[in-house]
Amino acid sequence: MAIQIPILRRGTPYDSIDKNPVKSVRTGELVAEVSQANAAMIRRDMRKTSRAELRAVPTSRLLEISAEAGKLFMNETLPLANGQTQTPQEYIDILSETSGLPHSLVRRNMGKIYQVFAEMPTILKGLTRGMDLSVIDNGSGEQAGVPVSFFAVTDALGVVLPSNSPGVNSLWMPAIALQVPVVLKPGKDEPWSPWRIVQAFIAAGCPPEAFSFYPTDHEGSAAIMDVCSRALIFGDQSTVERYASNPAVQAHGPGWSKVIIGEDCIEEWPEYVDIIAASIAENGGRSCINASAVVVPRYADQIADAVAKKLAEITPRAATDPDAILSGFANPAMAERMNSAVSEGLKTPGAEEVTAKYRPAGISDRLTHRDGSTYLLPTLVHCANFDHPLANREFMFPYASIVEVPQAEMAGKMGYSLVVTAITRDEKFLRDLMASSHVERLNIGPLPTTRVQWDQPHEGNLFEFLYRRRSIQWAK
Amino acid sequence: MKNEVTEEAVSQATTALDAHVREIIAWHFSPETGSPFWLDWAKTADFDPLTEVKSFADIRKFPHFQDEWLRDEQNERWIPKAYTGRPFIVFETGGTTGMPKQRIGWEDHLRDYEEFSEYLDAEFPGSFPRGANWLMLGPTGPRRLRLSIEHLAHVRGGSCYHVDLDPRWVKRLIAEKDFETAKRYKKHVVEQGATILKNRKVGCIFTTPLLLEALDEFVTVPDAGVKGVFCGGTQMTPQTVRFLSEEVLDNRAAFVPTYGNTLMGLACSRPLTPEDKYSITYHAPQPRAALRVVNPNDTTETVGYGEWGRVELTTLTKEFFMPRFLERDEAIRREPFGRFAWDGVGEVRPFGALETKAIEGVY
Repeated sequence: MAIQIPILRRGTPYDSIDKNPVKSVRTGELVAEVSQANAAMIRRDMRKTSRAELRAVPTSRLLEISAEAGKLFMNETLPLANGQTQTPQEYIDILSETSGLPHSLVRRNMGKIYQVFAEMPTILKGLTRGMDLSVIDNGSGEQAGVPVSFFAVTDALGVVLPSNSPGVNSLWMPAIALQVPVVLKPGKDEPWSPWRIVQAFIAAGCPPEAFSFYPTDHEGSAAIMDVCSRALIFGDQSTVERYASNPAVQAHGPGWSKVIIGEDCIEEWPEYVDIIAASIAENGGRSCINASAVVVPRYADQIADAVAKKLAEITPRAATDPDAILSGFANPAMAERMNSAVSEGLKTPGAEEVTAKYRPAGISDRLTHRDGSTYLLPTLVHCANFDHPLANREFMFPYASIVEVPQAEMAGKMGYSLVVTAITRDEKFLRDLMASSHVERLNIGPLPTTRVQWDQPHEGNLFEFLYRRRSIQWAK
Repeated sequence: MKNEVTEEAVSQATTALDAHVREIIAWHFSPETGSPFWLDWAKTADFDPLTEVKSFADIRKFPHFQDEWLRDEQNERWIPKAYTGRPFIVFETGGTTGMPKQRIGWEDHLRDYEEFSEYLDAEFPGSFPRGANWLMLGPTGPRRLRLSIEHLAHVRGGSCYHVDLDPRWVKRLIAEKDFETAKRYKKHVVEQGATILKNRKVGCIFTTPLLLEALDEFVTVPDAGVKGVFCGGTQMTPQTVRFLSEEVLDNRAAFVPTYGNTLMGLACSRPLTPEDKYSITYHAPQPRAALRVVNPNDTTETVGYGEWGRVELTTLTKEFFMPRFLERDEAIRREPFGRFAWDGVGEVRPFGALETKAIEGVY
């Protein structure tokens, strides 16, 4: 019998009549039925939401709970519903089966989620710039000798999650330690990770009321965005633009992350081929922190050739193969659309798909199949300039362009970038990059774009999103 | 079993429907009583309705009714000769802009709601108290519902308060993606309904599922003295019905979904139960109207019980004859049930809903 995933209404399971099937991407077999919340239910529940239960737990205790939850998430059997349970290996198996992610990538994402649980003190330190967390408990205190007072601007953080990578859950998890309940809308094909994270938190002692879990449709998602005074949403550029002027919504869209090499380091380019390839392909190229462009002042031909050879070694493998890097697509039509978009772009003069000539024998097309799954092979396109339609595109597979741009023009031409790995020691160039309002995260030196440091807030500062500082003074 | 229907009852209903078909065909296609539209239509038809349509099964000889006729023809063309000289009431269909589709009528809506009133007493005793006032929160204006609900209230010894919602304005706002104004308009409408509930004695409500849900944001409906809610206008999934029954009405007020429109009248739902997983089945007000669930690829074929198909409506009254109108809905064909000795249509949803999810707006 298919696994039943219920709704959680402030921690209380609710079995809906409307259910959404989750199927194996490889066999099409029904694996789970996920209860669907109607929008009205969400709106009704949100009228009763409260931080009271979570505020009753001091942040110091929530950090202990988080650490314990990480261990449970990683190592222990956790509840599903109706008395069913799930071991870590079962979580890996089912997530791989329904998302197309190979076991190796699920494990890597599990590791990332575990790190967020375990590193929560460091993450909060980064978010609050080292503030004593008792300020959150008490509403006021002192930071760097200055009296401070903060208050939460919402009773709950709404999160409309995507299905593409379990790692995105790391973005909302600190809200719990910040005493803000979460209202999660899992991706249609990926209820597993947010469910397991929630169960780990609850099993470690977190008040269940802190967690609402509403698998739902577009109308339900809109209800979450509407009723939560603060919400995170993941989508494409149109999603980002739709919410650009709404301070209550943090929209996460394409990252357009980049690796750039300065004039001072370009002669050493062969040393950076592995870092470039890793930036493009790690996590199956599915994250917004994967590089989607490589920007160099010279040697674009040679670098493209070397990186393409490296990327072309990555091919679909068995889901259980520990060396598997590529992920199959849960929705093959999506792979077909992306494949067409690349092929269409290549018709515009000024671009060459460098990876094409290095594809392994027997695989001639970018789009390929294995074990019933659809894959897109890593693709590197050498573009003559940034105006080419493929120069600044992001796709949900290992895809990047490489563009030759004089160093002096790089900061101005490359546009918004979630992550920039800047391989340079040129202080003036670095100052220019630091002054750029288009760079969210700057990795200086030979670090992959995918390298995340826990005390550096990622994609916006969640604390500043959820809390506002008030002025405060006391009579002497 | 209380709700089982005997073969004899089904047979009687079929016989009654066939006799009614013959009567209505004779009425609309006889020069002494028929309407100009149908008399003219028959002149060019490749069959003679008067001699060849003897049963409901024979209705399949008619092509599908084109609802554009209701927009393009002058209303006088639909007047049965027997009604000449009697001013008619003009009812318009729901949510389109431009020249609306219109159906003329005299008393059909009164009969539909008188019958519905008896059904409420029989199936929901005490939930729609006689003498109680009603609130009609939804599309009024030129809608059949406007007069019908008021008549229902009067038949039951109560009066009716009205709060209007203009569905055409809502559709325009949604088409223009002006969701913010649509939301404000919904709030504007629902606040008026809540104000009535708070300040006047109201025991029964007619509204749409979305407005009922929105009303709950302003007032706890059963606490306001409401004993029964009759709902219609848009599709309702079983989960929506369950949510409205169990949570918005807190199982303290009856919830009666209906399916209907200006062209048909009112199809009642079977009483809902958790055991049925709140799956709604409607039964047409036969013999005045009859519903079939048809194979969309061959609409002469009725689908089997339990199968999905497109809903086809035939309206058979002396005021209005409309054969084989293909609704924009699909449904499951359900067995006769209880007092309804004829087929029902279950889990009605917009036709092709699985392929494209239709936006039905705030009402």
